[in-house]
Amino acid sequence: MTTIAIHNGRVIDPALGQDGIADVVIVGGRIARVGPGEGDAVIDAERIDATGLVVAPGFVDLHTHLREPGQEHKETIATGTAAAARGGYTTVCAMPNTTPALDSRPAVESVLREADATGRVRVLPIGAITMGRQGKELTPQGELRNAGVVALSDDGDAVADASLMRHALEYSTQFAMPVAQHCEDPSLVRDGQMHEGWVATRLGLRGRPASAEETMVARDIALAELVGAHLHICHVSTAGSVALIAAARERGAHITAEVTPHHLTLTHEEVAFDGDYVHLRYDTNAKVNPPLREEADLEALTAALRDGVIDAIATDHAPHASTDKDIEFDLASPGLTMLETAFGLSMRLVHQGRLTLPTLIERMSIGPVRAWGLDALEGLQGLGTLAPGALGDVTLLDPDAEWTVDPAAFASKGKNTPLGGRTLKGMVVATIYGGALVHETERIVAL
Amino acid sequence: MTAAASISPHNTQDGQHGEATRQPAWDHQHVLDLDDFTVDEIQTVLTTAERMREALDRRIARVPALRGYTVVNLFYEPSTRTRVSFELAGKVLGADVISVASSTSSVVKGESLIDTVRTLRAMRADAIVMRHSIAGSPYLAAAHTDASIINAGDGAHAHPTQALLDLYTIQSRLGSIEGKRVVMIGDIAHSRVARSDMWGLTAMGAEVVLCGPPTLMPRGLKTSDRPAHAEAALPRVTVETDIDRAIEGADVVMALRLQSERQEGGLLPSLHEYAQMYQVTAARLARAKPGHVLMHPGPKNEGIEIAGSVAVGQSSIIEEQVTNGVAIRMALLYLLSGRTELPGQDSSPASSAGSSTGSSTGSVPGAGSEARS
Repeated sequence: MTTIAIHNGRVIDPALGQDGIADVVIVGGRIARVGPGEGDAVIDAERIDATGLVVAPGFVDLHTHLREPGQEHKETIATGTAAAARGGYTTVCAMPNTTPALDSRPAVESVLREADATGRVRVLPIGAITMGRQGKELTPQGELRNAGVVALSDDGDAVADASLMRHALEYSTQFAMPVAQHCEDPSLVRDGQMHEGWVATRLGLRGRPASAEETMVARDIALAELVGAHLHICHVSTAGSVALIAAARERGAHITAEVTPHHLTLTHEEVAFDGDYVHLRYDTNAKVNPPLREEADLEALTAALRDGVIDAIATDHAPHASTDKDIEFDLASPGLTMLETAFGLSMRLVHQGRLTLPTLIERMSIGPVRAWGLDALEGLQGLGTLAPGALGDVTLLDPDAEWTVDPAAFASKGKNTPLGGRTLKGMVVATIYGGALVHETERIVAL
Repeated sequence: MTAAASISPHNTQDGQHGEATRQPAWDHQHVLDLDDFTVDEIQTVLTTAERMREALDRRIARVPALRGYTVVNLFYEPSTRTRVSFELAGKVLGADVISVASSTSSVVKGESLIDTVRTLRAMRADAIVMRHSIAGSPYLAAAHTDASIINAGDGAHAHPTQALLDLYTIQSRLGSIEGKRVVMIGDIAHSRVARSDMWGLTAMGAEVVLCGPPTLMPRGLKTSDRPAHAEAALPRVTVETDIDRAIEGADVVMALRLQSERQEGGLLPSLHEYAQMYQVTAARLARAKPGHVLMHPGPKNEGIEIAGSVAVGQSSIIEEQVTNGVAIRMALLYLLSGRTELPGQDSSPASSAGSSTGSSTGSVPGAGSEARS
């Protein structure tokens, strides 16, 4: 394995509280040395000039849909991890809503095998909470843990039965494994298509009320506290949920949470309007569950992310084929492709002065690692940091570079983004995974 | 026998028929909702409909202004009155009209909506009149064809041709819409008629009051429920749950159809309770202004949202709405076609139009024979 020397970048390693100009040297797939002038000391290295760039730990995504096995027309492990690399991610946690669902050792092992063979970055599978994600009987959590899953989730189909959820949480405590819930009470969302509010009223679309999320967040926090389990709230989207999570953490409950770049930056207006309030659209690319909310929610989510009430930015990367999106609104699949735009979109918060760059990087690297205790797992020591000895996962960023989102150029098969044609400020210019360049742009200059 | 007589609505001012007057306000390839109509455009439709209504009433077999123009009624949701109304409108104007009824969604059939619309256009359909149970479907269609899409009702979103016929009916009965107090009562949340009517009525200067139980009232209608920058994103209306207060002083009372599914969905305790609380009755109508009119977009549930006696009572103009519906749809097809001449007519329906244009002659049958450009 070659030696890589990254020269003269602004090294931001939130785990170590480091932020300054330094060189990073990767030897044998691991971080060897970090410090000013360290790169000059090594001979026979592949050298990258990072002058003017930020050097950060590779990003870690707690919520990715790779669609394989079963829905390879939407995404494969190969294309999904290629998209991850382009987005600066070196680790993605793969959701179990595949066909079959990841509810057995063979299913999990098939994902790990495929990731080994075709994955561009690290894939950590998430197992299902219930068999077939049907919400009826628990999966064999011990078998799944031994097969390599890092968390449990039924993804978009929340476990509606409170008693079953309580038992899932209770059983999980023996494995120190988070149970991640998409909190939306199905009896409240029914066939809702977007956030319940004035935009849904204008469009004549049925609403999914904020309370559908908040009641289940409250319920699951109570259940987690009852049994002393680790509950992870997926893609928090409302101010009310933030308040519930903050209060629970204050009490010492083991609650972690994530938020997506789109829930942080886009409102429900995205579905209907493009520039004025006269002309309507029904943008299925902005249809997502939970739905895009209101400005007050965005404010609360940003503050919670800044203050650490929310641990991580997760993408909920949900690629779909055009046949899933270019149809009537109610029939369109929810979700949007996000891995390749996550950094650029989240950087809006930094450019608006609402979040510092080191905090953003923290929430995309060591934040998610610590939330799920991933660095305690075998082979993942040092994940999310640039500490000597850690995994050689590095992301090079240009926080001020502007670029236009072109879905056709995505590595992901999913072109379903409401951001097409928009300009984002903040670019991933190179990604190094395990000491090897897995993504680079022309902005990277070899020395 | 007059030769080409224009029915284009720019000849609305008396004594100006021969002049090269300004073009009528009309800039629409599609009719999706009234939210993107200017007041002038609405007025153009109403003025044109006035002429169409005359043609309809004179029982001329055909007014072949749309000869060679193909209209396809594409109905994904059952409908009798709207479909027949469009069929008649097209046929009276000499268009070729074909109705395609499909109770199942295009996806169930295995054919996408986009594909269906493009196929119809490939067969040279000029206008596609579309009804669909899913809000926004006509927008999807309009984005993928250069045929004119006319929204004949999409889910709970819009029903612009119904709104235009309501405006026309109010204007013709009350002289104008401006300043009139219009009360819509019932299931506002699921009503595409209410949504489109709100846009049209407020644009024309009416005061709109929405009345219904809180479970059937959509969120965000009150200006205070929206951020300041989005004040104009919905029409300015008043929300009132008390039917007596709502009807007080009304010029127009409109009862909306209540679907029995609302009770099954837990939104209402019972239809009996609903009728007690929100039925438009003679006693309640007594609070309206003298000379008020009673409307209903149909089909009615007599005994539920409207008492049978008032539905056919003195102030009811429900049947007139239906007749005017044909005229409005004739006007829209005509305007969308871009045609401006009515060839070979015995007597053109062109005449001065509605009172709101300031015309004093009103509609005198046959007066249009002078109107040639």
